[in-house]
Amino acid sequence: MTESTKVKVLEKVVVRFSGDSGDGMQLAGNIFSAISAAIGNEISTFPDYPAEIRAPQGTLSGVSGFQVHIGKGVYTPGDKADVLVAMNPAALKTQIQFLKKGGVVIIDTDSFKEADLKKALYETDDAIAELGIDPAQVMSVAITTLTKESLADSGLDVKSIVRCKNIFALGLVCWLFDRPVSQAGNMLSHKFAKKPTIAEANVKVLNDGYNYGNNIHASVSTYRVESASVRKGIYTDLNGNTATAWGLIAAAEKAGLPLFLGSYPITPATDILHELAKRKDLGVKAVQMEDEIAGACSAIGAAFAGNLAATSTSGPGLALKSEAIGLAVMAELPLVVIDVQRGGPSTGLPTKTEQTDLLQALYGRNGESPVVVVAASTPANCYDMAFNAAKIALEHMTPVILLTDGFIANGSTAWRVPEEDEYPEIRPNYVKPEMLAEGWKPYMRNPETQVRYWAVPGMEGFMHRLGGLEKDAKTSAISTDPANHAVMVAARQAKIDNVAKEIPQLEVLGNPDSDLLVVGWGGTYGHLYSAVTEMCNEGKDVAMIHFNYINPLPSNAEEIIRRYKKVVVCELNNGQFASYLAGKIPGVEFLRYNKVEGQPFSSAELVEHFTQLIEK
Amino acid sequence: MEENKTYTAQDFKSDQYVRWCPGCGDHAIVNALQKAMAEVGVAPHKTAVISGIGCSSRLPYYMGTYGFHTIHGRGGAIASGVKMANPELTVWQVSGDGDCLAIGGNHFIHEVRRNIDINILLMNNKIYGLTKGQYSPTTDRGSVTKSSPYGTVEDPFIPAELVFGARGTFFARSLDVEMATTVEILAAAAAHKGAAVCEVLQNCVIFNHNIHSYVADKEVRADRTIHLRHGEKMIFGKENNRGIVLDGYMLKAVTIGEDGYTMDDVLVHDAKNPNNVLHQMLAMMDGHDLPLALGVIRDVDAPNYTDELTRQVEEVKGKKNFKSLREYILSGDTWEVK
Repeated sequence: MTESTKVKVLEKVVVRFSGDSGDGMQLAGNIFSAISAAIGNEISTFPDYPAEIRAPQGTLSGVSGFQVHIGKGVYTPGDKADVLVAMNPAALKTQIQFLKKGGVVIIDTDSFKEADLKKALYETDDAIAELGIDPAQVMSVAITTLTKESLADSGLDVKSIVRCKNIFALGLVCWLFDRPVSQAGNMLSHKFAKKPTIAEANVKVLNDGYNYGNNIHASVSTYRVESASVRKGIYTDLNGNTATAWGLIAAAEKAGLPLFLGSYPITPATDILHELAKRKDLGVKAVQMEDEIAGACSAIGAAFAGNLAATSTSGPGLALKSEAIGLAVMAELPLVVIDVQRGGPSTGLPTKTEQTDLLQALYGRNGESPVVVVAASTPANCYDMAFNAAKIALEHMTPVILLTDGFIANGSTAWRVPEEDEYPEIRPNYVKPEMLAEGWKPYMRNPETQVRYWAVPGMEGFMHRLGGLEKDAKTSAISTDPANHAVMVAARQAKIDNVAKEIPQLEVLGNPDSDLLVVGWGGTYGHLYSAVTEMCNEGKDVAMIHFNYINPLPSNAEEIIRRYKKVVVCELNNGQFASYLAGKIPGVEFLRYNKVEGQPFSSAELVEHFTQLIEK
Repeated sequence: MEENKTYTAQDFKSDQYVRWCPGCGDHAIVNALQKAMAEVGVAPHKTAVISGIGCSSRLPYYMGTYGFHTIHGRGGAIASGVKMANPELTVWQVSGDGDCLAIGGNHFIHEVRRNIDINILLMNNKIYGLTKGQYSPTTDRGSVTKSSPYGTVEDPFIPAELVFGARGTFFARSLDVEMATTVEILAAAAAHKGAAVCEVLQNCVIFNHNIHSYVADKEVRADRTIHLRHGEKMIFGKENNRGIVLDGYMLKAVTIGEDGYTMDDVLVHDAKNPNNVLHQMLAMMDGHDLPLALGVIRDVDAPNYTDELTRQVEEVKGKKNFKSLREYILSGDTWEVK
């Protein structure tokens, strides 16, 4: 870096890469976040894909974005970007809304020709002026031309050369943020290991992009981003869906059971199926069934046969699985149901995020049909909660619904690879051979936990018949006796309530000595925690609790909530958790902060709202 | 060693009182199934019987095996999960025409297409019994039932045709009143590696009495049905003098020794032929111009789902050889913070 370069020191920074779906902006963003993490930044990323698979090139509907947040105290992908890379006019037009006031825009001037502007429905020939952007913010670079020049001698055809322009842009951004370009080069070599010419070309444009910044834009400010003091260990970049898949595998290993996934493709949950289908190398059986119902039913069959069984879906799929989940409640079989929530109702907003399936998960079945409901709060937390969901299912012989959402499922973060002994053992409640002599019946329960004992087909002597019909509490034969039904309903409920004894207590975050308690659950953790931390740092007192366990609730939930003058429940729905809490903890006034736009909260809007609540 | 153990039908009975209506065809079928299981010789604790909902789906409660009475139409999907999760188990699916072909139709055609090694017992009485007498997907056009008081105005499925449409590798048929044939086809289904569909035409004494009597009645059965056996001539009739011959592209029933037909003209049944055209023609014979075909109509070797799944898992594991999730993760893109 030349001496005249001004260096700004930042605690954290948000970069948004955007371009045509085919421009490879996600690859650029991924490498940028990975090298940042490798030098000690915390990272959080979020992709924003168009709904269309291959929208026409250069059009507004074809823009895809990838936002990267790096630095210290990073809990979300960031509300708005400090730097926006826009590879074409359509990207600039759709993405400028995500740029902070005074942020920097990098554009590829080669793609801002008349035809490009027309495709993106501009009315004038000056995109910058038309969008009201201050030209001083804009770094105009002929990225395509420079990429062509860089690779003139590479021997590649023009099409392949132009495809490298995203990496030129990455090189430029690496310069801007003083990233180690050699590490990015290594990642590209690894990524294109099977195509050495392409790998070489990418590494060259990467360096040329970096050097271009260094030589030409020496007068522009560059940034140094602070490192966080992260725990020692081996890290990898992990998104929520992969984390969910891995958490299930980890649980299967701990339980000593094969893992079975019965699933059906549905956005935004399909990547769980993809990841587990690849993990045949770990013995996982991931089966794409003929529909959502068969996904759940094959998993129930696999649970009956003694596997750790899961089914993955999103809201509409959960609706289809309802009856099957009821069967698993009645047959008291372990089953993990993963709902990666999206905007609803009906097909709704498949690629957008919401928390609107909570009441469906809690109550969306016929009869008195309690299940354990848990929720993951961050991409990395999907690993823990998938593990915990499986542990509860196996040890308590019950379906467990794990709620994640499109935001944390696709978002990613740096994740420390845990040692195997960091997670507890999983001990399913199997029958014991001596029980046969003691007159074992399939619905005999552990008197303390109310959990029935698990006899798996193949075990000699324990042949038995399960079913959706009500069974006699003593003989386990079909029964329509009224008093017996009441006994069985109570037993199934008690079994779920007992899980509360094993789940972790809530921890109060922010400043516990506050008047205002912020309550959240699931994937909103990052935004809520960012907002609360920011306010506490500014001397505005706010306390926060965040729920991973919804049914049953952690045992200290009521005590904490009753301590505060004001309690505001924040969620991406019309108040489902608030109404649930109001039923469980009567007499408390639960204020609500709701958003149902298919988008996550922004930390800024939360700070604004909580500030108002404090000052009122 | 249990492998050498022999079983009797009694070993496959549970202690539960059988609650089907007196005279219901299901009584004979559960007895046939228990006999067939004893013949097959797989231990009760290595056998799982899965059903959906309906009169016939109560069957698992009467079995001394592992059993699961599930939800309407989903027996096939649940049985598939059982077999996939533990291919060592012998899995039976028990279903009726409503459960299997209406609400469970999608699962049925897909388990057949997938050729998963499940023995599917389809009891066809052409009516909904448990809900008290509505028409089913196999009810004949024009039938008056509680939900079709003026007669149905739709054509029924012929189960065999669905099986062939789904590229099935095994199809067999019997009558509830033909215990020996039922035992024979169930045992053959168990021996078949793949989805094996056994249709048993069953009488519902309450809501559809005598629906199969056109072929099942003792007086007419020999003339209106034919028992197909692999490698044997297609001969039937009280006098055993009737045979099936090919007439152009069609099948024809002839009397041997009449109209110039000799035994040499009579077709030999080849259940193992991968081409299903003739199997389909045989399965579509309905007891009117041509006798209804009983016995194993099609029994073809083909890759089955669970063996392929197991093979693929072993193949991929052999190549990568990760001992744990952690080992796999560490083989990917990682960095170390020191």
